[in-house]
Amino acid sequence: MAKALLGIKRGMTQVFDEVGNIVPVTVIESQPSVVVQKKTVETDGYLAIQLGFGEVKERRVNRPLRGHFARAKVTPRRYLREVRVESVDGVNIGDEITVAIFEPGEEVAVSGISKGKGFQGVVKRYHHHGGPKTHGSMIHRKPQSAGATDAARVFKGTKRPGHMGHERVTVRGLRVIRIDPERNLILVRGAVPGPNGNLVMVRGD
Amino acid sequence: MANRTKEEDTLASIIEAIEKEQMRDDRPAFRAGDVLKVHVKVIEGGKERIQVFEGICINRQREGIRQTFTVRKISHTVGVERTFMLHSPKIDKIEVVRRNRVRRAKLFYLREKVGKAARLKELR
Repeated sequence: MAKALLGIKRGMTQVFDEVGNIVPVTVIESQPSVVVQKKTVETDGYLAIQLGFGEVKERRVNRPLRGHFARAKVTPRRYLREVRVESVDGVNIGDEITVAIFEPGEEVAVSGISKGKGFQGVVKRYHHHGGPKTHGSMIHRKPQSAGATDAARVFKGTKRPGHMGHERVTVRGLRVIRIDPERNLILVRGAVPGPNGNLVMVRGD
Repeated sequence: MANRTKEEDTLASIIEAIEKEQMRDDRPAFRAGDVLKVHVKVIEGGKERIQVFEGICINRQREGIRQTFTVRKISHTVGVERTFMLHSPKIDKIEVVRRNRVRRAKLFYLREKVGKAARLKELR
């Protein structure tokens, strides 16, 4: 069974552990994800399962997708995401994946789209130190040299200003603090990418 | 997300519910100026025992599950302050020993006062 599910980041709070220490946690809500499709080497060239998540009105789903869901005999879902797996044996189309696949104490990886920061300079984007602000300095937040003159071009990967954030980010090694199967909640220690309400994928790490 | 307000509603209620579950309803009402006995659970060498910290509450801060309070006492001529989480399971119980008449919510001025000057009048 693939150890992965989709959820919504609900926000952060703090809880007390058994000893009484405070633990910062992110609350992830996961109404059960459902297996919509199995991808196999024979049909697709690789192994993966496709998960559907979230409510959506049937009339909001276009006809090709409606057919896709009907084939899996599940109600339409808002999001479809794929997870690579080692083997699709034991996974059936229509299976529901609940938060119960995880246990407190386990380590998980959480992926999501990070908050967009817009067009940012090199100091915020790559944590450059920046130059002196005074004493005749004219290099406050500039990126400085982009390369040598004999190359006569800028090498790929050179750190320069540009768009920051709004990209897929994975945070690994987050500890599961609590599982609430009744309310479909997972509490993981630490922060998770993106704003509250963000779609995230939780996988075993 | 089409319906932003509804989205934010459920969001707030989930977080609030988690916080509310952990809040203790056995904490007495007290305010700055009150003399408190705080019964703290201490784990020493695998054994748990209760340690009492008695002093004047000089500060209550934040709200809900994050609320803290600071207790100040003079221990062997040295001023000692401890800040506790109000809803922490480490606190077995809180007793209000005496209520004093104070005119402000934060009593940090007591840090500069020594001996007789650091006294408070009891609330009648």
